[in-house]
Amino acid sequence: MTLLLRGGRVVDPGLELDEVCDVLIEDGIITKVGKDVVAAGATVVECAEKIIMPGLVDVHTHLREPGFEYKEDVESGTRAAAHGGFSAVCAMPNTNPICDEGSAVRFLVERAAERGHVRVHPIGALTVGLKGESLAEMGDMIAEGAVAFSDDGKGVQDAGTMRRVMDYAVTFGATVVCHCEDEALVGKGVVNEGVVSTRLGLTGWPSAGEDVAVARDIAIAELTGCRLHLAHISTAGALQAVREAKERGVAVTCEVTPHHLFLDEDALTPEYDTAMKMNPPLRTSADRAALVAGLKDGTVDAIATDHAPHAAHEKALEFELAPFGTTGLETALPLVITNLVAKDTLTWSDVARLMATGPRSALNLPPVTLAEGSVADITIIDPECRVEITPAFFESKSGNSAFLGTTLLGKATEVLVGGRFALRNGKVV
Amino acid sequence: MLSTRHIIDIEDLTLADLTLILDTAESFKEVNERRIKKLPTLRGRTIVNLFLEPSTRTRTSFELAAKRLSADGINFAASASATVKGESLVDTAETLSAMACDLVILRHKYAGSPRMLAKHMDAHIINGGDGMHQHPTQALLDLFTMRERLGHLEGLTVGIVGDISHSRVAGSLVPALKMVGARPIVIGPPTLMPARPDALGAEVSYTLDDVLPELDVAYMLRIQMERAEGMPFPSVREYSRLWGMNEARLARMRPDAIVMHPGPMNRGVEISSAVADSPRAVVLDQVNAGVAVRMAAMYLLLGGDASDATA
Ligand SMILES: [Zn+2]
Repeated sequence: MTLLLRGGRVVDPGLELDEVCDVLIEDGIITKVGKDVVAAGATVVECAEKIIMPGLVDVHTHLREPGFEYKEDVESGTRAAAHGGFSAVCAMPNTNPICDEGSAVRFLVERAAERGHVRVHPIGALTVGLKGESLAEMGDMIAEGAVAFSDDGKGVQDAGTMRRVMDYAVTFGATVVCHCEDEALVGKGVVNEGVVSTRLGLTGWPSAGEDVAVARDIAIAELTGCRLHLAHISTAGALQAVREAKERGVAVTCEVTPHHLFLDEDALTPEYDTAMKMNPPLRTSADRAALVAGLKDGTVDAIATDHAPHAAHEKALEFELAPFGTTGLETALPLVITNLVAKDTLTWSDVARLMATGPRSALNLPPVTLAEGSVADITIIDPECRVEITPAFFESKSGNSAFLGTTLLGKATEVLVGGRFALRNGKVV
Repeated sequence: MLSTRHIIDIEDLTLADLTLILDTAESFKEVNERRIKKLPTLRGRTIVNLFLEPSTRTRTSFELAAKRLSADGINFAASASATVKGESLVDTAETLSAMACDLVILRHKYAGSPRMLAKHMDAHIINGGDGMHQHPTQALLDLFTMRERLGHLEGLTVGIVGDISHSRVAGSLVPALKMVGARPIVIGPPTLMPARPDALGAEVSYTLDDVLPELDVAYMLRIQMERAEGMPFPSVREYSRLWGMNEARLARMRPDAIVMHPGPMNRGVEISSAVADSPRAVVLDQVNAGVAVRMAAMYLLLGGDASDATA
């Protein structure tokens, strides 16, 4: 099939490209990027007033299959991803059974091939059963298609274990993705420790619980030479530690989530809204501002969703009993456009860097570019359309969005995966 | 009439609401001193005590208040509660709604649960204590007792001593004191303080002795000695020496200052037996005020006005 994306603003920071032109795709490969491309018999996608960029990737998605298919499964999760503009997701291993061995990785790869709307890159567990004790078989998992390793959902508490994990990951040049939470400091904390925890009478999750774990993991990465990626950084202190480590030349990258960028702890009051219950928790407005600054200055490598679907009855519990997390795949891009691009905080090139190219290089995934000869993984964005975030908007099985009820600006209209439509005219194919 | 449908957070009330409750409680207290302690005021109204965390004292106080107003009271005890059987609080709210009850008193170990209940049913809600958050009728009865003993509330300096971070009593008393123009000081070691006591409007002192002479009220909180993990002080003995109320400390307080305690007391820990039994301790007055204040809260929420409180 020949496909002509005509007259869009083509943005690819890796190629230092940002201009209106056409993109020709033949048999899934980008064959020409330029002005006034003519291709007889090509299917034409009119892209005037739209942005064309390398396919977005979410490096932090919970697909919930196997084990929690009532929340989400590979089909619905990748459907949501396509709807949100992503051509690929990285799936976290905290499923049931846990993705901590080769066969579990193979299951996910096969399931994604059968039912996936977008590419799925499995992230294997660091330790067996996410217990933080013995090393999982990274070599076997890599052979089956795992791209990185993480005990996400939990921090590895023992520093000696973390050292062994990172030492071992170096064998494969694999990135270790850390969920930074010092349980001795965090305890049963459910909201940011401070004004809001005091007012609501909820146990606090102090910033230091993240800062301490980040500092430790950076030190261990420095010691071992392992590639370290810090998941969902939420505090100004953690961000500063990353900034300083990068200046020293440590192989460290980090991601932030839209909810930590665009919400703060005040969203919890006075209703104890469980849609706002996250781990790490929503922080202060000062933390939020620091994270936004980090997007701009390059300290943050990726915007990742931490898409965490939960069934309605699970979130309709007392705040302390409700599970952590919000869905994110379908709102991330509209939120970034509304809050950052439309306000001139980020350029489209920044968006491509933070949502397409940066996250891939952080996790050592194959690069996706708009260079001629590349595989056509592409996201096309209408920056002007209005999007109402209502229950009907979601393709995900779960509607536990922290942004329900808002109206946002901009949305992906097309997603191409290997030249094939996953999203077309705003509808999942 | 109150300006609010529910008493969940003490700050749901305006100063006028608060004063109205205290004034109404005064009339009810008088009723409680009669030989026949019963008014027909809430006849036919259904009040549910939904106690998902056991508390005999508080439950009894609410139960008695409902009975004295002739309301039909129903108890949902923790052991018999639906949550144990895997039913959620939302399910319980819907069940109670279907039974058309008028007022629910919720006591629950989770902060924010009364808000949730209110969202899922039409009945009025009184927070009977939610986790570490608030216990507004306790704050009201405490204010009632202070006003009764000291004659006024404005300008009082009230030291609240002990485990502030886990105390729903402090959680509602501090903002209540601010509302009436009193000066709350929370006192205890930093290990017993919430992250930001200033967010509640309190001053903070880590030593009791420093502020003792300034206090009109020393409000001693119960110390949980059964705490399993992370003991917040080295020993009960040391706690008692540094933050316990005893006769020597009482002697350093203003001559008219009083000592309060929400009960049940650990004698010899946060309060010495001698102080607990002295006329300066008003613990039983608090218990007594509890019934009257809860009668007033129920009565006013269910639409009564102050003038016919004693009718
Ligand atoms: Zn995590």
